Amino acid sequence: MKNNILVIGGGPAGLEASANLKRLGYNVILIEKDKQLGGHLAKWDRLFPDGVSARQTLNALLEEVSGVNCFTETQLQSINVLDKSYNAILSNGITVLADAVLLASGFDLFKAEKKEEYGYGIYEGVITNADLEEAFREKKLPSKQPQAIGFVHCVGSRDEKAGNPACSKVCCATAVKQACEVKEVYPDADVYCFYMDLRMFGRHYEDLYLKAQKEFGIRFIRGRVSEVAETADGRLQVKAEDTLSSKPLRVSLDMLVLMAGMRPSESGKTVGRQLNLTTEEDGFFSSADNLLEIQRSKLPGFFYAGACTGAKTLPDTLHEARSAAIEIDRYIKEKFSEK
Amino acid sequence: MIDFGFSVSPSSRINLDSVDRESFAALAKLEPDVLKCMACGSCSASCTASQFEPTSVRRAILSLQNGQVEQALDLLKGCMMCGKCTMVCPRGINTRHLIISIQKIYGK
Repeated sequence: MKNNILVIGGGPAGLEASANLKRLGYNVILIEKDKQLGGHLAKWDRLFPDGVSARQTLNALLEEVSGVNCFTETQLQSINVLDKSYNAILSNGITVLADAVLLASGFDLFKAEKKEEYGYGIYEGVITNADLEEAFREKKLPSKQPQAIGFVHCVGSRDEKAGNPACSKVCCATAVKQACEVKEVYPDADVYCFYMDLRMFGRHYEDLYLKAQKEFGIRFIRGRVSEVAETADGRLQVKAEDTLSSKPLRVSLDMLVLMAGMRPSESGKTVGRQLNLTTEEDGFFSSADNLLEIQRSKLPGFFYAGACTGAKTLPDTLHEARSAAIEIDRYIKEKFSEK
Repeated sequence: MIDFGFSVSPSSRINLDSVDRESFAALAKLEPDVLKCMACGSCSASCTASQFEPTSVRRAILSLQNGQVEQALDLLKGCMMCGKCTMVCPRGINTRHLIISIQKIYGK
């Protein structure tokens, strides 16, 4: 008999884990709350560091899950812990008896309007990283040539007052990538990145930074934007401190892109409440062990993959998905082989 | 004028809207590596002249980007062209050539 594995969340983590579990011979049931699979990846245009197409990357992941039972627009209605397995009732009326559950509920983007001083939702020129990706994807960038564009790193990240002291890991590289991309579209515009420190930790990320400086002439200003206001002629006036020269700084911009960080997803929290899953101070789920058992929760047979245990890059997420599949395989073999 | 017992000092705020971009573009053409500075401070730390006179290539580059030309030139006045900063720069910026180029474009 094939063991049933329930995977919650159809983003990159859920897709990659499902594909691997299917290959290991399990009967995988994947549920996704949205209409389409792919999570945030489906909303992105190009990916750092090489600028590959998000769509093509997603398509490659989708190809791998053919044969998996995927239910979109489906959520977990309720879930009970049985003796050895989980009884899950889905919102489409189907009941699943699962021997293991993988939570891949990912993240929600920080709501940029919460940082009111940046004027998101108030000034038209203020957009988020996700809005810019959508504009690239839908080819809906403003046709009027902007003179100056700014990027604000760490919006809702490393910000205790905003409720998120953690670094969101991907925004630095995303900001630098997007800065280069807008400069390609508007070569005459001045492009500024307001950063606290650049965390270009991954392979080729530092190259991206160097390219942004040398080839695109992006100006990096070390200092957090303090406030955004409108000028008399309808542009955005941005204030920050240039902390490298310890001087207050002012610049007028036409577009300001806020790099909204990662928060635990609301849909993940709903699952967490049903099973009393524990979270750490940052709001993300706590693994059984932060070094050796990241994929395991404290509940036997309940596993995690991807950003539900903290901000992650796409490759990190895919690694976790594969590693979760191996962990689940090990668990099932240990738990169910004695019969 | 009536003396109120105080004076108004000029704003020290950087206004990027009024930066002379043409000169900086000309400098970047002459020495493209000026764009590569990541403000690590190796140049200033190794600078012999800075022990006697405020001298810093890093701060000079930043001042030019912020439109403070006088300040940039002041920060290079003490330079003796010893080239230690060129040796230590992790981005491989030819700082000697950069300093000469700054003098060419901004010097009087």
